[in-house]
Amino acid sequence: MTKRPLSFYLLAGFFGLFVLFLYGPMFAIFLLSLQGEEGNLTFPMRGFSFYWLGQVFQEQRVGSFTESFSRSLVLGLAVVVLSVLVSVMAGLAFRSQFRGATLLFYLTISSLIVPSVLVSLGIGITFQVLGLETQWFSSGLGAHLTWTVPFAFLIVLGVFNRFNPAYEEAARDLGASDAKTFWEIVLPLIAPSLIGIGLLAFTLSYDEFTRTSLVSGQDNTLPLEVFGMTTNVTSPALYALGTLTTLFSFTLITLAFFTFRFFSKRQVE
Amino acid sequence: MTKTWKSFQPYALALPQTLVFLLFLILPILMIGLVSFWQFNGYAMVREFTLGNYSDIFTSNVYLTTYLNTFKYVLLVWFFCLAIAFPVAYFLAFHIQSQSLQIILFLVCTVPFWTSNIIRMISWIPVLGKEGLINSLLMRLNLVQEPVTWLLYSDFAVVLGMVHLYSFFMIAPIFNSMMRIERNLITAAEDLGASGWQILREVILPLTAPGIAIGSIFVVTLVMGEYVTVRLMGGGQSASVGKLIQTQIGSLQYPLAAANAVILLLVTLILVVGILRVVDIRKEL
Repeated sequence: MTKRPLSFYLLAGFFGLFVLFLYGPMFAIFLLSLQGEEGNLTFPMRGFSFYWLGQVFQEQRVGSFTESFSRSLVLGLAVVVLSVLVSVMAGLAFRSQFRGATLLFYLTISSLIVPSVLVSLGIGITFQVLGLETQWFSSGLGAHLTWTVPFAFLIVLGVFNRFNPAYEEAARDLGASDAKTFWEIVLPLIAPSLIGIGLLAFTLSYDEFTRTSLVSGQDNTLPLEVFGMTTNVTSPALYALGTLTTLFSFTLITLAFFTFRFFSKRQVE
Repeated sequence: MTKTWKSFQPYALALPQTLVFLLFLILPILMIGLVSFWQFNGYAMVREFTLGNYSDIFTSNVYLTTYLNTFKYVLLVWFFCLAIAFPVAYFLAFHIQSQSLQIILFLVCTVPFWTSNIIRMISWIPVLGKEGLINSLLMRLNLVQEPVTWLLYSDFAVVLGMVHLYSFFMIAPIFNSMMRIERNLITAAEDLGASGWQILREVILPLTAPGIAIGSIFVVTLVMGEYVTVRLMGGGQSASVGKLIQTQIGSLQYPLAAANAVILLLVTLILVVGILRVVDIRKEL
């Protein structure tokens, strides 16, 4: 055991402070959402109860949380299916060389770095010029895909990079067609990563705000509803809602992480 | 027959993704460009050519101040993200020996990025507010007599909020670059008698430059179009181009908002090209 230099302790302290900076505020609203009925927006905590967590589901206190939640859920699922489908197809295409591959790669990356407000405004204007009505399941869905597909695509590229082609070659040598090779060899092998990608795409869609903000039409998704509430809700119900959706996201991320790990372990074996 | 299908296959497979971006990214941006030359009659857009939207923008002081204010946010947020991300990534990459601990600590930095930005901003209210944690601590320690009001709903809060949201985009690429550095290079530099400081400056920093560039591109583009944080954390006088566009849309002035968006896109592209000219990131892709 070598003695650690001073710089280690300084950097470890810095890292600790950074983690506190990241998680401290979240922990604060988590505590405040567990207050009693007389609770307020600031510390000290007044009592302890699950009253405010329950209030979230009460229509009259914080708008229609349940409706916007179910909208976000449906939208998220559609985004997952489409993102996985589109990015896996593109990922398969990128395993062989084709003209325009570099262009498509940069097009996909550029979607990540175009300011989000532009995507939202652009889709909104396009729908208006074409005389279409913006809806969370049409224009909203498109806006979400510009955000989730690039992430899904980058992970798919990574998955295929590490993919051992020997299995496919073996299947082909045994006379399997391309389609059969894909369904019976490739897909089962990459399936766990696809679940991971799907979960990540879901959390991205579930929390997306800026790209959706101008194109969701009349009905709000959950983040838009929460944003609306920030101006007129002044009870810990707002924090309770934050706590609940954050816990929901955490659960999905944990699931994604374990499916990825499960996958990489199986690859090694 | 099979031969033609083989050569056609990648195009068919790449088609859906190409369509997604043509329909929801390229077409919308072209539409913004088109509409930015249209007129506005007070309640709707009129399909007649005008340069008025652009001349309005270039002759008004409000826009100049808004852009300058946005640049101020970009510069400050970029600086603090880098100042936080470099030591954090360095600590993870070079001071943590166990690989599984490295992954866990990196995930600890990553997880908040996958949760709601709006909730993360709201969480600052009980910390920074007038009766928030920091103010009550300062009062109890008798450091101040009155609560400090510039902690929330101010430019300070906007910058703090954005650093909180976007530092991850700097940490990930820098960490990635650092993990690719051959450890032999560092041992070689040590053998040649380089001090820790010299190794950092002459070996690690140049090899981390592409990661810093990628992180900078992310942070700069994210802050340029930023609107949520400015709305939630900023006071009434905090302005950004994103917020301006949002306000113009609120009053249905689509052509003007479009012209602003075109300029925003051009300015952002110039910044990205500028970063790419300083650092070559191709090795990293």
